[in-house]
Amino acid sequence: VSPMKLKNAKSLICDLLQNSEDIRCKCICPPYRDIEGQIYKQNVSLKDCNCLHVVEPMPVDGKDVEAYCLRCECKFEERSSATIKVTIIMYLSILGLLLLYMVYLTLLEPMLKRRLFGHSQLIQSDDDVGDQQPFANAHNVLSHSHSRPNMLNKVEHAQQRWRRQVQEQRKSVFDRHVVLS
Amino acid sequence: ISPAELASTPTEEPNGSGHLMDFLDEPFPDVGTYEDFHTIDWLREKSRDTDRHRKITSKSKESLWELIKSLLDAWSGWVVMLLIGLLSGTLAGVIDLAVDWMTDLKEGVCLTAFWYSHEQCCWTSNETTFDDRDKCPQWQKWAELMTGHAEGAGAYVLNYLLYVMWALLFSFLAVSLVRVFAPYACGSGIPEIKTILSGFIIRGYLGKWTLLIKTVTLVLAVSSGLSLGKEGPLVHVACCCGNLFCSLFSKYSKNEGKRREVLSAAAAAGVSVAFGAPIGGVLFSLEEVSYYFPLKTLWRSFFAALVAAFTLRAINPFGNSRLVLFYVEYHTPWYMAELVPFILLGVFGGLWGTLFIRANIAWCRRRKTTLLGKYPVLEVIAVTGITAVLAFPNPYTRRSTSELISELFNDCGALESSQLCDYVNNPNMSRPVDDIPDRPAGPGVYNALWQLALALVFKIVITIFTFGMKIPSGLFIPSMAVGAIAGRIVGIAVEQMAYHHHDWLIFKNWCRPGADCVTPGLYAMVGAAACLGEPRLMSFYPPIVMDFGKGLNGTSREESTPPTLATDERGPRGKAPLWAFLTQDPTRVEELEALIKDTDYKGFRVVISRESERFMGFVQGRDLPLAIRKSPFKQDGVVSSSVVYFTEDAPLLPPTNPQPLKLRRILNLSPFTVTDHTPMETVVDIFRKLGLRQCLVTRSGRLLGIITKKDVLRHMAQMMNQDPESIMFN
Repeated sequence: VSPMKLKNAKSLICDLLQNSEDIRCKCICPPYRDIEGQIYKQNVSLKDCNCLHVVEPMPVDGKDVEAYCLRCECKFEERSSATIKVTIIMYLSILGLLLLYMVYLTLLEPMLKRRLFGHSQLIQSDDDVGDQQPFANAHNVLSHSHSRPNMLNKVEHAQQRWRRQVQEQRKSVFDRHVVLS
Repeated sequence: ISPAELASTPTEEPNGSGHLMDFLDEPFPDVGTYEDFHTIDWLREKSRDTDRHRKITSKSKESLWELIKSLLDAWSGWVVMLLIGLLSGTLAGVIDLAVDWMTDLKEGVCLTAFWYSHEQCCWTSNETTFDDRDKCPQWQKWAELMTGHAEGAGAYVLNYLLYVMWALLFSFLAVSLVRVFAPYACGSGIPEIKTILSGFIIRGYLGKWTLLIKTVTLVLAVSSGLSLGKEGPLVHVACCCGNLFCSLFSKYSKNEGKRREVLSAAAAAGVSVAFGAPIGGVLFSLEEVSYYFPLKTLWRSFFAALVAAFTLRAINPFGNSRLVLFYVEYHTPWYMAELVPFILLGVFGGLWGTLFIRANIAWCRRRKTTLLGKYPVLEVIAVTGITAVLAFPNPYTRRSTSELISELFNDCGALESSQLCDYVNNPNMSRPVDDIPDRPAGPGVYNALWQLALALVFKIVITIFTFGMKIPSGLFIPSMAVGAIAGRIVGIAVEQMAYHHHDWLIFKNWCRPGADCVTPGLYAMVGAAACLGEPRLMSFYPPIVMDFGKGLNGTSREESTPPTLATDERGPRGKAPLWAFLTQDPTRVEELEALIKDTDYKGFRVVISRESERFMGFVQGRDLPLAIRKSPFKQDGVVSSSVVYFTEDAPLLPPTNPQPLKLRRILNLSPFTVTDHTPMETVVDIFRKLGLRQCLVTRSGRLLGIITKKDVLRHMAQMMNQDPESIMFN
């Protein structure tokens, strides 16, 4: 295997691992004489990040290049576009799931329960006057399913317990204003 | 002191079935756990931990496996810190990236890849100009995207409208999620964490749902343009992570005192990721939130803060590989005469802090008592609407507050082209960055000055109404913004005065023409620091007065002798006695059950016999019912007619009797006692320094009563002429 092939393979792997768009050298050059201010960007590596490599085409001639370059400031920056993409998409999906669950809990579930259990449940729910919030009937409704300790029931009971806790929290924070003003 | 033997064995399933789904079962409270909204007993927790440690150390000599277990136990603290640092850093990075993107989403969208914020979108573009560094064709504002026109009145109105609508949408989603899933996620979180760390129990405050909802809604709340920051909520998020990892190790999950050590370190990690300053995080935790901070917690906090900061850097949300949020370098020294404007800024900070605290408390009180408190969702939407409508026209309030602060801290060189740096440049100037001599201000600077003044007034007013709403909100960044704006205005004023009147006496000594005298960015920093000091006191004004930070001033004004317990009430006035007798003589389980059935005793004193009343020990009110109810699981054969005994050996009974129940383990043989002539200051000192929950009172060697932490707090409230009924949850 020749050294050239090894070098090619190495640069290929490097390129795959790091998107070459993710590094750049940014040079800001202020106005000089009659040339207005400019920003130059190129994706070069750190050792090439200086005025001579990045500022192309050079707007001044030979003698003035040094004076021009002294005013410019070059900075090397890198980012990870994959991280940004993954983070934003993950955040949006979690937000979407939470919103769907919220819509289900607040709108769909009371409708479904009303249809499943009929009007008898409605009379019972009138006792909780003023408690129009989600989870108002948490403990009532699913006490119909008797205690067969299979997994579905366990999940239901855990969920009911959680809802009761949230309702308690909501009462003390929103209604009675005793915690968190 | 011989510690009471409170064995904390895990709950055992009677049939041993379904271990996999055990986490779904309702956890049966163990003997030695605490009720919600009560304080822990620091001494008991400490002695339990010492016991556990001693047991492990003695067992480690037995076999190699036990030795390995003891090493794992010792290292579990560091493992927890590592995990906390990793998760806090990751969450903070996610929050930063998401806030960046969603803030820009209000104004426009990136066409090539929708997940890029404005700056990221134009990262590789070559069409950026010197004057308009962020402009590129890949990122378009909404008006341009929808109608094709970039300029003009119609485009402006359309952009305005969409900005307000996005802001309303974000804040509505935030408050709805908080309301439906985790009401404890609102507010800053630092006062409640301080309360929890001092020994109070608030169940669910550091739970998993609170963690999830706080992270998600924090992004929404900050992106909606409201005048709030994310530093306080990040501390809450970090403490939730701490609580989460505590449950992995029984060393921390079963001991509330050890858990609070971990939470102190987690708070340090939280501040560390908020500002990228690990040492600042440790200092914050040490000074502000922690109650019990031994030396090893210092090292562990530092480790957690470092890991969190490095994790955040690895995610690199700022794109510049810098840890610190506001990174500034000033190269010119400051002069003694500049102390005068610095002191003025300090006075401004104090005045603003007082105004803010009073106004905010008054507004919060109104929220509690009037109709305003009944419509939290509408309140959030209204405040967001007003904020967005007023913030859009002013370019300094339209952008996010962190960006504003960064720009205000920035020193103006020739490389800057923003309006604030529109100075008249000397064309022959050779140094573009450092050490630029003072220059006269151009029209852009004067424009910026009055816009900044308007922004200052706006921010001062709107923050009063924003803080305290039912969404996650922090106070650090808005305070810094107010201070930075004021500081920059003062700095520019001093700079221009120094330039135009350099022959005045004050400036003659220090400011030569052609030299760089005044750095307005430094004034902005000083202003920010001045304004950050005051409202911090606000965030430690706990809504429930539950810790001893305020201290007791001692004597009441009328009496000349210090108040003692003899002159005090011993319990709630006119109510049933707080406790009952239990004797060493055998009683039956059913008698005890009848005793505890109807009344709610705070505690039970166990005496040798009813006649002699010689005191033997004390049983916590909550422990006795729990122990009786759990007894069928622990000891076989215990039934209702079983005999209960508190002595070491079982009483002699005929063999036909059922198995007796030994309750010695819930008996505290060495409770703290004071006499009724102990001065109140000493009693308060004892409670504060030892972290007691209750203390027994004796007179002439006989037990007189019991005084609890809440009683002491009520007494202190009376001393300070506050309403003692505000000490709640009795």
